Amino acid sequence: MEAFTTHTGRAVPLRRSNVDTDQIIPAHWLKKVTRDGFEDGLFEAWRKDPGFVLNRPERQGATVLVAGPDFGTGSSREHAVWALQNYGFKAVISSRFADIFRGNSLKNGLLTVVLDQQTVDALWQLTEADPGTEVTVDLQAREVRAGEITAPFELDENARWRLLNGLDDISLTLRNEDDITAYEAQRPSFKPRTLPV
Amino acid sequence: MGRTLAEKVWDDHVVRRAEGEPDLLFIDLHLLHEVTSPQAFDGLRRSGRRVRRLDLTIATEDHNTPTLDIDKPIADPVSRAQLETLRKNCADFGVRLHPLGDVEQGVVHVVGPQLGLTQPGTTVVCGDSHTSTHGAFGALAFGIGTSQVEHVLATQTLPMARPRTMAVTVEGELPDGVTAKDLILAIIARIGTGGGQGYVLEYRGPAVEKLSMEARMTICNMSIEAGARAGMIAPDETTFAYLKDRPHAPQGEDWDAAVAYWRTLRSDEDAVFDAEVVIDAAELSPFVTWGTNPGQGAPLSADVPDPASYEDASERHAAEKALQYMGLEAGQSLRSITVDTVFVGSCTNGRIEDLRAAAGVLKDRKVADGVRMLVVPGSARVGLQAVSEGLDVVFKEAGAEWRHAGCSMCLGMNPDQLAPGERSASTSNRNFEGRQGKGGRTHLVSPQVAAATAVLGHLASPADLTDTARTPAGAR
Repeated sequence: MEAFTTHTGRAVPLRRSNVDTDQIIPAHWLKKVTRDGFEDGLFEAWRKDPGFVLNRPERQGATVLVAGPDFGTGSSREHAVWALQNYGFKAVISSRFADIFRGNSLKNGLLTVVLDQQTVDALWQLTEADPGTEVTVDLQAREVRAGEITAPFELDENARWRLLNGLDDISLTLRNEDDITAYEAQRPSFKPRTLPV
Repeated sequence: MGRTLAEKVWDDHVVRRAEGEPDLLFIDLHLLHEVTSPQAFDGLRRSGRRVRRLDLTIATEDHNTPTLDIDKPIADPVSRAQLETLRKNCADFGVRLHPLGDVEQGVVHVVGPQLGLTQPGTTVVCGDSHTSTHGAFGALAFGIGTSQVEHVLATQTLPMARPRTMAVTVEGELPDGVTAKDLILAIIARIGTGGGQGYVLEYRGPAVEKLSMEARMTICNMSIEAGARAGMIAPDETTFAYLKDRPHAPQGEDWDAAVAYWRTLRSDEDAVFDAEVVIDAAELSPFVTWGTNPGQGAPLSADVPDPASYEDASERHAAEKALQYMGLEAGQSLRSITVDTVFVGSCTNGRIEDLRAAAGVLKDRKVADGVRMLVVPGSARVGLQAVSEGLDVVFKEAGAEWRHAGCSMCLGMNPDQLAPGERSASTSNRNFEGRQGKGGRTHLVSPQVAAATAVLGHLASPADLTDTARTPAGAR
């Protein structure tokens, strides 16, 4: 996983709530068997509208998505995170994220930042008034800064440590392989098995 | 202090607990399908890792599979390539696979329970958010992303933060004609699509205890639509009776030991939930969605709501956008909404009881002119059972299309899709924009409402069908 320390970039204000994973990346894109090449599928249906915020010239090259509450609801497809990253987003800000999407984002180095809706509103106003506004998402200081706005955010220390160092979860877990083996040895015999042993 | 059901199952699976770290949780059962696994197997190959526990892993094909002409090569080359990738991965790594055409093939969340692999007190994961279905057995079951699929393949564990718990207590008794689907749609409308975020839901109370296993699966299935990764129901005699003698259920002494353990899997009297919601079952009636998220629902007897009636600006805005997308007017009655397509199937409502319920309404009746009705069993076995009961004949005589098992029109990854602007009544779980096909419009309903809607051509419940709508068998 790519490490995330701090990032500064222009923003895309997405004034929608309940942005579900079918909007982020429609199901027909899920037939691909790679982790890349999803950028054209990002918000595919909405991008057919030339007025959609992502299509506006002043938003080209923006890297911070500021969305309404309940972002990433719906399916567990990690393709939603890959699509946002393939397109160029480094961070997403919302007042509420769906659990699975949030977990997937943090495992891929896409920083999802929870700020209260009042701050999200302020970021929308600021970045709509001046699309050139730069937003800084600082994981070391755990704060978002833009214009006059400075907003602290929370992220559990373990997730932050993994992100700051770009650590691979599987390698970390396998450091405790003895614990796994010990657990396996004491599992009851009535637990289901898919294969004869 | 006592513990909740979720806490008991959690505690029994902690491999390692350390200050400042997520718990490392052992996974008893890992279900795989073609869509969310290819990148995980690639990751294993790149790092030279194997599948740690082949005996706790099983795969099937469901999302991409066609429901017609399954003996012919799959027409869509991209779908075919994805299925072939799963077959190669399973062969290379030694994973048990039930491919298209196999008698155990079907929607992964129908296959696990029917094989008896889903058992009380187990942890179950799959790269699919509707893994919550398996919680109906008192399992802790949740959807995971592809990175976590790779993690489980390699380690049979997952690092997870301990969730909070919410009791969803359903008092009283469901009135006649009100189903598990109506109940869960009403719960989601009450707590919202984000209401369950961070929680494991436990459905309890007299109305839940009376439900069959299949109805319980319908409830737990849609926990994710309320924002909760997992939903659970304490196992009881209904659960044990369902499991007894299934292919992978414990046998002999193991069965006795298992049941003794399963009986301990109830929230203690003095357990404290982090939140509680109480629903009065007696107040419920057939429930349908009008909007573009599963929380935008109302009783079938109601009208399409006026967005102006929402105090919250974000909800108001969402309702306006939903009505625009759905092509509906505020104030029109839900019963006045006409549909082009009716879909009966999915991991929510594709089991045998669902097909029986729909067939019971359709028997000696006809699907309305201009309405296309698809009936897709949740698994090949469900399909065979339906055929043995003659349900396929009921569907075909009514003018519905009887198809082969798979996810089908729930998400339209195969050819079963809505055309732009088309409207469906669907027994599936998501009414998101474009979910069933680009520009398609979805109303989520129960199998009974789906069948009545197919007959009348507009959203309706079986109570709306007059006796004259039934054609005596001899008159055809």
